[in-house]
Amino acid sequence: MRELIDGSTAIVRGVLDSGCTFFAGYPITPASSILMQMMQRLPGAGGTAVQAEDEIAAIGMCVGATLAGARAMTATSGPGISLMSETIGLAVMGEVPLVIVDVQRLGPATGGATMVAQGDVQFVRWGASGGYPVVVLAPSSTEECYSLTRRAFDLAERFRCPVFVLADKELALTTDSVDVVPRSQPAVRARSVAPPGVSAPPYRYEPAADVPPMSQFGGGVPVRFTGSTHDESGFLTKDPATVARLNEHLRAKVMEHVDEITAVESDVQSGASTIVVSYGVTAGAVRDAARRLRRSGGRVSTLIVQSLWPVPESALAAAASAHDRVVVAELNHGQYRREVERIVAGRAEVVGLHRTDGALITPEQVEECVR
Amino acid sequence: MTAREEHVGLPLATYRNARSYPFCPGCGHGRVLDRLSDALVELHRDPRDVVIVSDIGCSGLSDQYFVTDAFHGLHGRSITYATGIKLARPELTVIVVMGDGGTGIGGAHLLAAARRNIGLTVLVLDNFNFGMTGGQHSSTTPDGAITSTTPHGNIERPLDICATVGVNGAAYAARCTSADGDLTARIRDGIECEGFALLDIWGPCTAHFAAKNGASHRMFAATLERLGFATGVLHRGERPEFTSALATATRSDEAQVSRRPVGVAPFSAPRLAAPLRVVVAGSAGAKVRSAARLASRAALLAGLRVTQRDDYPVTVQTGYCVASLVMSPEEIHFSGVERPDVLLVLSSEGAAQSVRQLAAMGPEGRAFVLPGVTPAATSAVVMTIDPADASPTPSAKQVALYALALVMLTTGVLSEEALLSAASAATNGHADAAVATVRAAAATSRQMAAGQSHAKTAAVTSP
Repeated sequence: MRELIDGSTAIVRGVLDSGCTFFAGYPITPASSILMQMMQRLPGAGGTAVQAEDEIAAIGMCVGATLAGARAMTATSGPGISLMSETIGLAVMGEVPLVIVDVQRLGPATGGATMVAQGDVQFVRWGASGGYPVVVLAPSSTEECYSLTRRAFDLAERFRCPVFVLADKELALTTDSVDVVPRSQPAVRARSVAPPGVSAPPYRYEPAADVPPMSQFGGGVPVRFTGSTHDESGFLTKDPATVARLNEHLRAKVMEHVDEITAVESDVQSGASTIVVSYGVTAGAVRDAARRLRRSGGRVSTLIVQSLWPVPESALAAAASAHDRVVVAELNHGQYRREVERIVAGRAEVVGLHRTDGALITPEQVEECVR
Repeated sequence: MTAREEHVGLPLATYRNARSYPFCPGCGHGRVLDRLSDALVELHRDPRDVVIVSDIGCSGLSDQYFVTDAFHGLHGRSITYATGIKLARPELTVIVVMGDGGTGIGGAHLLAAARRNIGLTVLVLDNFNFGMTGGQHSSTTPDGAITSTTPHGNIERPLDICATVGVNGAAYAARCTSADGDLTARIRDGIECEGFALLDIWGPCTAHFAAKNGASHRMFAATLERLGFATGVLHRGERPEFTSALATATRSDEAQVSRRPVGVAPFSAPRLAAPLRVVVAGSAGAKVRSAARLASRAALLAGLRVTQRDDYPVTVQTGYCVASLVMSPEEIHFSGVERPDVLLVLSSEGAAQSVRQLAAMGPEGRAFVLPGVTPAATSAVVMTIDPADASPTPSAKQVALYALALVMLTTGVLSEEALLSAASAATNGHADAAVATVRAAAATSRQMAAGQSHAKTAAVTSP
């Protein structure tokens, strides 16, 4: 059985099937379709949806609702992420499970609201002060808009941090014929909540990479939430040892679990000298080019990265190791190529294939790079 | 007393914890927080159901001195967190403690919360300047006041917080001072009020503002008179509270999550051996996207994979509208169409948008145009479709569908059966018109095949 849906609809289904109970958003092209669908559908699914006064309020409401027990998400585009970035830092510091969909459009600034780009790749990772890690998943097909949205909710609960779904205008707004997904997908994990009535310090972790259960408002035990450096009970502190341990925890709980987060689609062909690395909508052109090249007798390998952050370093290194050339195809001036170059470290030639004119990299462009 | 109340030891004598305040000698903040505790004692609220949300600055320290839940976030955004908490758990008592700095940087949230009339109680600890960061002027600094950033006297008019939220829909607004004997009663008013309640509570910043401008009752009185600001309970409104109004508004929403499309099973084998790229270029409002959507559905029924991308200006109802379709017997990885196999130009706006695509097309390409439309230079074979050939003649809203259906039929890509099936599934009462239009296109197609049509187009095989 097949149906016609666009990526936005697939994302919304993923959200609803993840047990999301709270949405707040603000209109912005090309993410408005998600806002409208959530406003129309979440109440019927037993949740609460609200159009906020701006993106700052939208993500602020999501953080507040999460602390009160909701499973929350918001959706926006690059300009909205800019406004949200301070609160993204708050969610990192306060260890708030949160899903943020960034439907990328061509920047900078207002840029091209109805033109595609992949210009937020480094921005979503480094957009909050302090530089602490977040998780970023990039769907490369309509089907993955659904499955990776579910994965985002799952990882948000697992690591209690913001998880981005990095989509783009073309993926979100192009209608596609897809096989109807059965709802018996892997379940999104339930929130780990501190047992009721037990007054355990909510920010105690041993070892530092451990993720403690969440204490929620109205749960029977007073809960302190703060965006300031805090001790294990949530009181402000500047004690260097306590602060160092807190910040090491925020780093380690994500970075020491890269293998658990890593999601790549590796398609290595023996005898191929070139591997094309891509993600998001560009991966479609790469898949198409590889299919055509191989049918005409050519050899090429591909690596599609779904978990952009934290960088799946061992998967990238392994895929690159058997090739002389690594082509990184992306709709920006080489943002993820930086990461690939860092990992390949001179062991192969790294070539960028870039496009920033608001159009997609075509399969023909990929083929030219391989030959 | 319930078992739950007994467990927490209600009634409490205080909602303060054992920590002592960090405020400067003479600062009004501690007195306000004591009155907040008194009001909660009088109201007998279970502290486990109370959340105190603080902003940033000296007032932002406030949440640490209570036995309730506490949220300390970012500057000016306390109302946004409080709104999220209240929406997720409307039964909780949510109290915001912010300063006059927060009402400035977070002004949009203050306005929105009042307009929503969401059931929060906002205590503005208003001391006319940024105390924590060095006594800079704030949104409420009185005109003429000397601060570290207004050395010549403030020339901005101070924000009348109470009037602002009052005129924009708040349920309760009061102006008072931290020394008022009835402050506990006013805070009680605010907490007991169902909707959005705000107290603008004036107090001295002894470290900065008072040192330069004084903070006596006489000075407050003179400022109030000069600005024309009133004191006491200034506003009471009766609008429905937001979370209950939202629950009422959405109560009738069915469990839509279960009403998910089950998909369609293709009823015929694919008629294409290779991907076909089709572009329809026309004008906004001419149902270009709807016609393309119908063709997409027909392709799905015909066992094909299909993608549809629409391009139109942000103003939506003016200018061009271009739909790009890829139909393929195998999985489509790339939905872009730079070089169409088939291009249908419905208007001069569509012609202007398809210049590059026409130029990219080779002699094997097929371009179809409506009479009077001049396509750009192309190597493709250009044919004209005249809706006047149809019987009955399609209305303006049906021309795009007529032409696209005719192109699909004459190129052999889609069958009449698939198009009719897709047309009959059209929603919003459009099915009858769509079916009639497809039938008209099919009739024209048959006439053309039999050589009976005046149409200048000719049947071609699938590229």
